[in-house]
Amino acid sequence: MQCDQCGERPAAIHLTQIVDNTVTTVHLCETCAAEKGVQSEASVAKFPLSDFLASMGKGATGALPQGTDSGQCEFCSGTLQTFRETGRLGCPHCYDSFEPHLRTLLRRLHGASRHVGKVYLSPAEAPDTRKPSTTALRDQLRRAVEAENFELAAELRDQIRALE
Amino acid sequence: MTLDLSLLPDGGVSWLDASGPEEDIVLSTRVRLARNLQGRAFTIRASAHDLDAILECVAEAGRATPQLRGVVVFRLDGLDRLDRQLLHERHLVSKELAGLEREGGARHAAALLTNGDIGVMVNEEDHLRIQVLRSGFAIPEAYAQIAQFDGDIGDRVSFAFHPEFGYLTSCPTNAGTGLRASVLIHLPGLVLTKEIAKVLQGLAQVGLTFRGLYGEGSEVVGNFFQLSNQTTLGKSEEELLDHLGKIVRQVIGYEQQARDKLQRNAPTVIADKVWRAYGLLRYARSLSFEETMNLLSAVRLGVGVNLITDLSVYTLNKLLIFTQPAHLAARADRPLGDPELPTMRASYVRRALDEDAARQQKPEPGTDQQP
Repeated sequence: MQCDQCGERPAAIHLTQIVDNTVTTVHLCETCAAEKGVQSEASVAKFPLSDFLASMGKGATGALPQGTDSGQCEFCSGTLQTFRETGRLGCPHCYDSFEPHLRTLLRRLHGASRHVGKVYLSPAEAPDTRKPSTTALRDQLRRAVEAENFELAAELRDQIRALE
Repeated sequence: MTLDLSLLPDGGVSWLDASGPEEDIVLSTRVRLARNLQGRAFTIRASAHDLDAILECVAEAGRATPQLRGVVVFRLDGLDRLDRQLLHERHLVSKELAGLEREGGARHAAALLTNGDIGVMVNEEDHLRIQVLRSGFAIPEAYAQIAQFDGDIGDRVSFAFHPEFGYLTSCPTNAGTGLRASVLIHLPGLVLTKEIAKVLQGLAQVGLTFRGLYGEGSEVVGNFFQLSNQTTLGKSEEELLDHLGKIVRQVIGYEQQARDKLQRNAPTVIADKVWRAYGLLRYARSLSFEETMNLLSAVRLGVGVNLITDLSVYTLNKLLIFTQPAHLAARADRPLGDPELPTMRASYVRRALDEDAARQQKPEPGTDQQP
């Protein structure tokens, strides 16, 4: 199928539009489509975020400042510039390093910036419901000894022994 | 290293068995969670040493969970292209993990841990991409299964989690819950009645998105659409899933209405389209993948509206997967090109349909009718 516009190149993009309940379909080649400002699904999927970020940079809000010197993540040495180019952050610490920018970006992407779903506690933070952790008990024991509460200390010592 | 999928029950495609709810319209439900380990750079910035450590840590923690005890680990970076493509065609790994578009193949230490039910892609864009695939329209069941596993593995490793932003992901589009649920749905009725554009446009307005058969960036073939949530932050997992479920339920309703309309207004046209497609699949000597998908779509519609009664949805599902290039090459045990590939495909389809027709016609043992 040839392009409806130039009639020369093969049509690669089939654009269906609905205007006032009338469906029209035009068949365009990549070049003519680009001229008309139509992006193919593949080209949109390829760099959706970097395009988005680029457009944000131009926006009045200036959510992500231009330039390479606008901050660096201490952990992975990633910058906003690399993020803008790749659409990917370098490490979890980037979220802290670029916090205000990301908050704005997340709000734009998701309509919200605050997570309201499941709250995760890592094994170190999570209270172990199956078996009381000896780490916590040892902590209590240390405090009991410091406070010279030897009765409690003895009880805790027995509990730790039983667990081990 | 060669790929041995016999290690998995049903070769990892038990979700094809058409046992789930609404199985003639909804092929499968997939839920995935994006997770990263605390204290390590995201995959794209990680060193080879980091990637090895991530794989080791995830594999060890995975094996310690009740769900993945005795799990099979497939190292994608040790597989040749055809095997990686096969895993991708089987929906077990993403194109990204399989490294099908990367020069030099799969990323170092890219791996899949799976027992057939639950899969963990390691060193994908995020350190872990956990996924559950189920037959039919089964969002709550799929989520319950993945949430249990997520909890169990999360007790054994430390995930990167931020009190305000939730689970942290390499791409901010996945941050928060890290949850993407998608339903693979067959909508020939809406395509034939030309109402599909309206439906797809409506999806964007309610915060959902659609993709092709293989997810992100893939084209729509054979009238199969993957409908999924667009955003991952600011709503709870339950809200996201509930919303998707409600909209999919509506789309199923629209599709059924479209099929009724077609049956009412153009029964001859539909019957001709269905039987013509069945005839081509049953007797053609050369079939391209795209043609096969389109014909299978018409036949599937025929089964859905009870025009074809001696063909199982399971057989049609299997054909979707096993007629793909890497699957046919695996059967032939060598790479295939034109004109061998379309010929082999046609022959595979003929045999599968013949066997199914014979099976359906054969009376059940013990129920033989005396002449």
